[in-house]
Amino acid sequence: MDALIDLLQQNALMPRADMARLLDLTPESLEAAIAKLEADGVVLGYQAIINRERWDTEKVTAIIEVKITPERDGGFDRIASRIAKFEEVESCYLVSGGYDLLIVIEASNLRRAAAFVAEKLSTIDAVQATATHFRLKTYKENGAFHQIDTAAERLAVSP
Amino acid sequence: MSIAIADHVRDIPRSGIRDFFEIVQTMDDVISLGIGEPDFATPWHIREAAIYALERGRTGYSSNLGLPRLRRSIADYVRKHFGLRYEPLSEVLVSVGVSEAIDLALRALLNPGDEVLYHEPCYVSYAPSITLARGVACPIETKAEEGFRLNAEALERAITPRSRVLMLNFPTNPTGATMSREDLEKVAEVCVRHNLVVMSDEIYSEITFDGSSHSSIAACPGMQERTVFLHGVSKAFAMTGWRIGFACAPVELIEAMMKIHQYAILCAPIMGQDAAIEALDRGEQSVEKMRREYEMRRNFIVGALNDMGIPCRKPLGSFYVFPDISSTGLASREFSLRLLSEEKVAVVPGTAFGPSGEGHVRCSFATGLPQIKIAMERLAAFVGRMRA
Repeated sequence: MDALIDLLQQNALMPRADMARLLDLTPESLEAAIAKLEADGVVLGYQAIINRERWDTEKVTAIIEVKITPERDGGFDRIASRIAKFEEVESCYLVSGGYDLLIVIEASNLRRAAAFVAEKLSTIDAVQATATHFRLKTYKENGAFHQIDTAAERLAVSP
Repeated sequence: MSIAIADHVRDIPRSGIRDFFEIVQTMDDVISLGIGEPDFATPWHIREAAIYALERGRTGYSSNLGLPRLRRSIADYVRKHFGLRYEPLSEVLVSVGVSEAIDLALRALLNPGDEVLYHEPCYVSYAPSITLARGVACPIETKAEEGFRLNAEALERAITPRSRVLMLNFPTNPTGATMSREDLEKVAEVCVRHNLVVMSDEIYSEITFDGSSHSSIAACPGMQERTVFLHGVSKAFAMTGWRIGFACAPVELIEAMMKIHQYAILCAPIMGQDAAIEALDRGEQSVEKMRREYEMRRNFIVGALNDMGIPCRKPLGSFYVFPDISSTGLASREFSLRLLSEEKVAVVPGTAFGPSGEGHVRCSFATGLPQIKIAMERLAAFVGRMRA
């Protein structure tokens, strides 16, 4: 199962026939294994990693530290899921340290990102404070590098 | 004036691999399954540790035997992974790759005419290294149907009064053969009975598959005192270019090897030694990640070869398969040359690893899956034509 998850994480689009051969599984048992991962909620979805320098360059990404007041019932969960439901929010994590939630938002431009923080996020009662960091450049994302390393030279035949 | 070359050097044939490499070099767009080194770059944390060491100006000689800190890491690693205890400061020597350690051990052990036994097909340097150390190379043929393991009876038959050393390399380059603990114990028993010294090159020991684990012959009863355990960081840690190997052996032998090493080499490069400390101390996860990748590629290549009617055993170690190509009616060398010129796929003829490699070729799966896939398609087309 570990190897299957590795493959899906590296490239979920790899032809299933290749995947079956790499894992030494029949195509049927591979399909069944993937279906089970999906049904069990282990695999939640498949996405492309987009290079923002090349596509939709107006779009902004911000990482926001959010300090919140936990509730007596439910702690951080209810407020976190409330924030996570905004469509601007790509990711939302509860973290240890100086603040509570780390959220990643995407907005079509700077004005909209600012509006989200000012009008939606900060106005929630439990939110005590926010600190917004705009992304300037991406070096690595979900394991993929944005600048491709040049391949090292190898001898064509070696002992 | 013509310069006379020493007889024993002049008589060594050129490496079959080198020969082949020179042909490949003249061609474009060749997909090579001929490469005996990982396609991964050295894991970043190891490279980064080396950069840090360079920044601190660690660029001088080290002690002849290697940095004491590295020797401690080696002793810890060997104890943890092989169950062998060596005294780091007196029983460990850091060499320029395992190749140098093999040369040192042979030169330290052999008197002219002493015989060295080894299983064949085997790594290309064994026979020449024995010859250069003025020994006599005595190959023992291993068979495909026995998984290219060394058979203890065949070993016993090959022993003569001049037999002095047995060289082992499991998992084996080029066959991917592995030996279980029971197989090794039978061989060990013969070695003890005939008082052989064993040089065990275990460079591929981390790269094992299907949950099988590697055992060292040095861990068999009565063996550690007569074994030179040889290992290094090249293969498992993807560090071929750093040139760091090591030998662990009884103190009197390390002392003798050190004499040759100090005069010939002085010490292994210190930047490689610093990188090796990081690799051995903290590289386990990186090794496991690469091992898993090799295992998947092995599944792919073995499946593809068998599907095209080229019988191929599923190796339990190394990153090589050694399929039987005799059904094409071509000899290994002809097969490899024609495959290269007609389909631009490079494999290494089995005969580069000794005459008993005839009928086989070595394909390395230390190459990315996209290349392996294309190579298998081209190979299938070639095999189809040969049979038509």
